[in-house]
Amino acid sequence: MSSVQIRDVRKSFGNFEVLHGVSIPIEDGEFVVLVGPSGCGKSTLLRMLAGLENITSGTISIGDRVVNNVQPKERDIAMVFQNYALYPHMTVADNMGFSLKLRGAKPEEISTGVKRAAEILALTPLLDRYPRQLSGGQRQRVAMGRAIVRDPQVFLFDEPLSNLDAKLRVAMRTEIKELHQRLKTTTVYVTHDQIEAMTMADKIVVMHDGIVEQMGTPLELYDTPANQFVAGFIGSPAMNFLKGKVKSNGVAGFEGPNGVKLPLKTAPANSEGQPAVYGVRPEHFTIADDGAEAEIVVVEPTGSETQVFAKLGGEQIVAVFRERHQFSPGDKVRLKPDPALVHLFDETTGKRLNG
Amino acid sequence: MADIAIAPRRAKTEIREASAWDQLKHNRNWLGFWFMVPALAFLIFFLAYPLGLGIWLSFTDTRIGRVGQYVGTENYEWLWDDAIFWLSVFNTLLYTFVASAIKFGIGLYLALLLNENMPFKAMLRALVLIPFIVPTVLSALAFWWIFDSQFSIISWSLKQMGLITENINFLGDTTWARICVIFANIWRGVPFVAITLLAGLQTVQPSLYEAATLDGASRWQMFRFITYPLLTPIIAVVMTFSVLFTFTDFQLIWAMTRGGPVNATHLMATLSYQRAIIAGQLGEGAAISSAMIPFLLAAIMVSWFGLQRRKWQQGENND
Repeated sequence: MSSVQIRDVRKSFGNFEVLHGVSIPIEDGEFVVLVGPSGCGKSTLLRMLAGLENITSGTISIGDRVVNNVQPKERDIAMVFQNYALYPHMTVADNMGFSLKLRGAKPEEISTGVKRAAEILALTPLLDRYPRQLSGGQRQRVAMGRAIVRDPQVFLFDEPLSNLDAKLRVAMRTEIKELHQRLKTTTVYVTHDQIEAMTMADKIVVMHDGIVEQMGTPLELYDTPANQFVAGFIGSPAMNFLKGKVKSNGVAGFEGPNGVKLPLKTAPANSEGQPAVYGVRPEHFTIADDGAEAEIVVVEPTGSETQVFAKLGGEQIVAVFRERHQFSPGDKVRLKPDPALVHLFDETTGKRLNG
Repeated sequence: MADIAIAPRRAKTEIREASAWDQLKHNRNWLGFWFMVPALAFLIFFLAYPLGLGIWLSFTDTRIGRVGQYVGTENYEWLWDDAIFWLSVFNTLLYTFVASAIKFGIGLYLALLLNENMPFKAMLRALVLIPFIVPTVLSALAFWWIFDSQFSIISWSLKQMGLITENINFLGDTTWARICVIFANIWRGVPFVAITLLAGLQTVQPSLYEAATLDGASRWQMFRFITYPLLTPIIAVVMTFSVLFTFTDFQLIWAMTRGGPVNATHLMATLSYQRAIIAGQLGEGAAISSAMIPFLLAAIMVSWFGLQRRKWQQGENND
């Protein structure tokens, strides 16, 4: 186990820079998730960490050692690929023991290592099978087993669950988290799925267009997103954004589209009339007599909660209620955002304005 | 329920027993048979019939211009005591094994090389195919000039460099002649091997190499443990074809040496042609041709076992 330091790392393909100076400190034993939309550079960063891509500038260190010019096999890392990259002509046992074999380990040593990893992942009955004879979830576990056998300093996961169906994905998510709690190996996990990030990470790094937008614990990112991008990316259904002006003279408030009055706990100093974006999470709406009038468009019950799509000041918003209201399309309701939980962003830079 | 209610009543009266012809019209096997007929006819007329006729002729004393009599295994008995026939068998085996082995080596090397990222990759791949697209007889004629006893460019160059004083008698010396025809065959056969193996190499997922890199494999270990095992099925196919083509080679030898000097480059195919067509002994020529069958069957058996799906290729492929 080791800490990992990524310092001002840049990556260019030809003249095209895809990573513009990324710095991420990763502590020993931490589970870090790099999340972002496709093309944000998260996979490239992971491959640079693995040694599969060159580092254009900046440094990456594992433990105390700068690994920029260290061969992948010397870095003591193990990676789980999106398509698993299992060797099709080797049995599960051979797949898992391949790195030990290359290292020149004795046959007994290899079989002990493979057995230990197989027990952790419940793969023992499958050891003689070939990858083709396994289901998607089993292949995924073999790929993890191959990483565990090596007992590396750092585990790298490159979108490991995206080839699985929804149900299996949820199960494997728990399994990976459990595995991390058991082995406590430093883990860097890449995904485009914010739910995966939220549920698994000790620390989430939100990336966008080759920069780090924000990093922090899942709930920090959820509660105080640093900018509008993070606010919109984390959370499902996504945060509602309403454009308008800040009212700071007298009672703090916000004038939304078409003059809709929205509550604000405190307005930033000297911000009267400042154009801004008002952000409310769907679950932070309540029905209240002093709320803003909205017209219900679609009601989607999921059992545990109900998603309500409505027009507020002419803008479509979504609200989520755990209580079972009897709504039907066309109904007028008064929706009130919880003033303590609303977010305010700068209209041009997208930066967070309230504390 | 609604369907039943609105179904027209009179439709019932029109139902009649399907005749045998109706059943046949809807029988997929019957239809399938007719789709296969053209291919079947082609195979019978152009493969099975000539093969059968050849084998039949080998048991007769047919000559050009005279219908033969059945003579049993007389032709084969003659061949058994014929030193030239046995020489041609030896030549054919030598030619096939040496040329195929070298073609495999060079072909695999070229395929691995062309699979790398390098400048002008597409152009180099196209260049490699050139020997394959030139008609055999044309390239044989070119080699004939290259190895000519008087005008050989090789002899000329070596003389200019002062390495030799006399022209090398390439096609006149038994050892040199064998080397020359084998060389020409290799030159012609390498592209087929190289391009086919290259196609095989490109089916190997790049992520396997990345995984192997992280597992700590050297370049050689990647070839030994990943590339080569994944390539074995295609190697089995390509080498079977290569062996079959080389074993039955005729054009190149006939255009370059006609089996000479002193039968040193006579292959079974050229000897058969010489005896059957030039000398008119169709029966004997057919016997020489038929004698190739066991060798070819052996090669096909090798391919049949090589082509069998290995255990790791079985099962669903849902990746």
